[in-house]
Amino acid sequence: MQFAFNDEQQMLHDSALRFGSDEWNAADRLKRLAEVGEGSARRWAQMAELGWLMLPVAEEDGGLGGGPVEVMAIMEGVGRHLMTDAYVSHCVIPAALLAGGGEHCAALTEEIGAGQVRIAAALIEEEGFDTAAISSRAAADGDGFKLTGAKAHVEDGADADWYLVSARTAGVSGERDGVSLFLVPASAEGLTVQRFRSVDSHRHCSLDLTDVAGIPVGAIGEAADRIDAARDRAIVAHLSEAVGSMEAAVEATLDYVRTRQQFGAPIGSFQVVQHKVVDMSVACEEARALTMVATSQLASGGEASSLIAAAKVRVAQCGIALAQQAVQLHGGVGTSEELIVSHHLRRQMMLDLAHGDRDYHKARFAELTR
Amino acid sequence: MNLDLAPEDREFQQEVREFFANSIPEDWKKTVRAGLRLSPENLVAYQRRLAERGWGAPTWPKEYGGTGWTPQQLHIFWSEASAADAPAQFHQGLELIGPIIFTYGSQAQKDLYLPRIISGEDWWCQGYSEPGAGSDLAALRTRADRDGDDYIVNGHKMWTSYAHVADRMFILARTSNEGRRQQGISLMLVDMDTPGIRISPIHTLDEKHHTNEVFLDDVRIPAANVVGEEGMGWNYGKVLLDRERMVAAATAMFLPQTLRAVREAATRRKTAHGLLIDKPEFKAKLAQVEIEAMAVQAMVLRLMADAAAGADSGPRGSMVKLRWSELTQQATALWVEALGPKAQHFAALGDESELPEDMPFALKGALYARVTTIYGGSSEIQRNIIARRALGL
Repeated sequence: MQFAFNDEQQMLHDSALRFGSDEWNAADRLKRLAEVGEGSARRWAQMAELGWLMLPVAEEDGGLGGGPVEVMAIMEGVGRHLMTDAYVSHCVIPAALLAGGGEHCAALTEEIGAGQVRIAAALIEEEGFDTAAISSRAAADGDGFKLTGAKAHVEDGADADWYLVSARTAGVSGERDGVSLFLVPASAEGLTVQRFRSVDSHRHCSLDLTDVAGIPVGAIGEAADRIDAARDRAIVAHLSEAVGSMEAAVEATLDYVRTRQQFGAPIGSFQVVQHKVVDMSVACEEARALTMVATSQLASGGEASSLIAAAKVRVAQCGIALAQQAVQLHGGVGTSEELIVSHHLRRQMMLDLAHGDRDYHKARFAELTR
Repeated sequence: MNLDLAPEDREFQQEVREFFANSIPEDWKKTVRAGLRLSPENLVAYQRRLAERGWGAPTWPKEYGGTGWTPQQLHIFWSEASAADAPAQFHQGLELIGPIIFTYGSQAQKDLYLPRIISGEDWWCQGYSEPGAGSDLAALRTRADRDGDDYIVNGHKMWTSYAHVADRMFILARTSNEGRRQQGISLMLVDMDTPGIRISPIHTLDEKHHTNEVFLDDVRIPAANVVGEEGMGWNYGKVLLDRERMVAAATAMFLPQTLRAVREAATRRKTAHGLLIDKPEFKAKLAQVEIEAMAVQAMVLRLMADAAAGADSGPRGSMVKLRWSELTQQATALWVEALGPKAQHFAALGDESELPEDMPFALKGALYARVTTIYGGSSEIQRNIIARRALGL
């Protein structure tokens, strides 16, 4: 039983922290956020060069076969420096969704590893976060399939070259049988992409599909398990991101209360302030411990669904409460765009929504443990 | 990062599981799940059974009769005990005074007291708090004046849990008024049958007699019963700081017992719209406490891994105490909620067998749980400790 990273994981962790302080220095954050396409392309190329994009790709697909713990090592850095680069959405999820999906999938996976293509997962519809709660349909059309329907939210989907779209080849919303997965190029005929920026400066989209040609990934009608497995990989990766962000927010707050003077003393000398910072550090430890246990359970290949659902709930609760408190203890300046704590709060709020919010996963936990 | 059990640990797990299999009497289980202590006779019987197996002192080193278990083994032992609805061992001898005696005590003290703690022959209580010295323990006023080979002790101890059944008590008493308040405090071992000791019960809201006031009037204690050096008693408590994380961890690992009781009660409880356990509002409440309990179990695991690696876990023992105590309050309150209107039937005015299932355990548990955020360093004190030791504020 040990929680420490091995040497290789530690190197990844160090590399992510270095990358973060070089590329996402808090003082230059607003400048970074302004240079949307260019900066993001440059950083993505660097991530490819560092080998990060090959990391979660399975060895049989030509990747490094890194597991949840290796991804964790990177994601803590992503969270700590609030990198908006969509490592989970454009690398971890598509690599998991495409794994063993056929020849065309292998070719695309290789391109992911080289940083040549961005693929986003379009899984969620108006009906909610459940994998099977979809009504989009894929109708057989000669050798291929034509997709019709609407995807309500595609995480980091605004700049994708391809979409991995879930659609029904059979059954009705709520049924796991009949859920299939398709590759659709962003330029496909019949596809309309609506792009949005979220408050944490991620770039998402929604999709409208009318008779859009799609290439099947994996067995027809049996994609629900594949999607759930990929989603679990994504969730635990985002948990580590949340923990990285929480630790940074606690440190920023500690620095602040030690130096900020009011009533002739540092505000950190007041017990009421001290106890709030303590509660932040306890929340941080809860989130970290739960994230580590969930991640290692997933890595060891054991049944991890209920643990991951529990972690998703608790990390979101702790993360949001902690970041709100960080803003509170910074006082007025905590609400400013200039200070990093307000960015941590916005990211924590959005991380809650990614791949299912607290209430959804709490209900899921209750079902799984029934 | 790898949390899988090694093969030898899996074997150990099997051994412990077999030991606990069907070994806990049914009539113990409600009390245990409510976080309440069993009767002293039952706890002593349990301690004897463990001692016979060689497991009487799980956290002690082998040379003092302990198991010498690794933190991983301890984690396995407590996990299995918790799963079997076994009680927590009574800790005042095993975890509070025992380690001080084997660290600072004389050879004679070690030889006399340690085996009797393990065997369950001696029940110890802790005479620390006083009417004017609670969280601020250094304000204690009980005094011990030297008289030849003895000390004459006078004072008034408060919140002395299980003094009414204890064979011995360890007390902090002032042997000097010089210097800082923490100086001049000595740690002494007292036989409860020494003349001049009077015990008076404190009646508490849970209606369970577990704590007392202890009056010491000219109690004559041999100087040989001072642990370590005179005036150094305050410092000996420090050895417990390192061990506290283990006590906090062990206690927190028993939290799932209460949650099982909540689940069972809600599964039995019929409402107008089906079973309580199927109602979305209740499901969400239960899931919330269960999820937070899982977070505490994860914190415990990390604490134990640190202990195994010989790393300083900083204030995480305090963090576990904080969170565990809050959750035991929430879990017992939810148990009471699951019982519905019958939770008002606390005591039978007629036939005892007419008491509703789980009563009065659930409600006693919920009321007793209020003290968990107060004893052993209140939540406010724990926050002070974390602020000072971990955050440097």
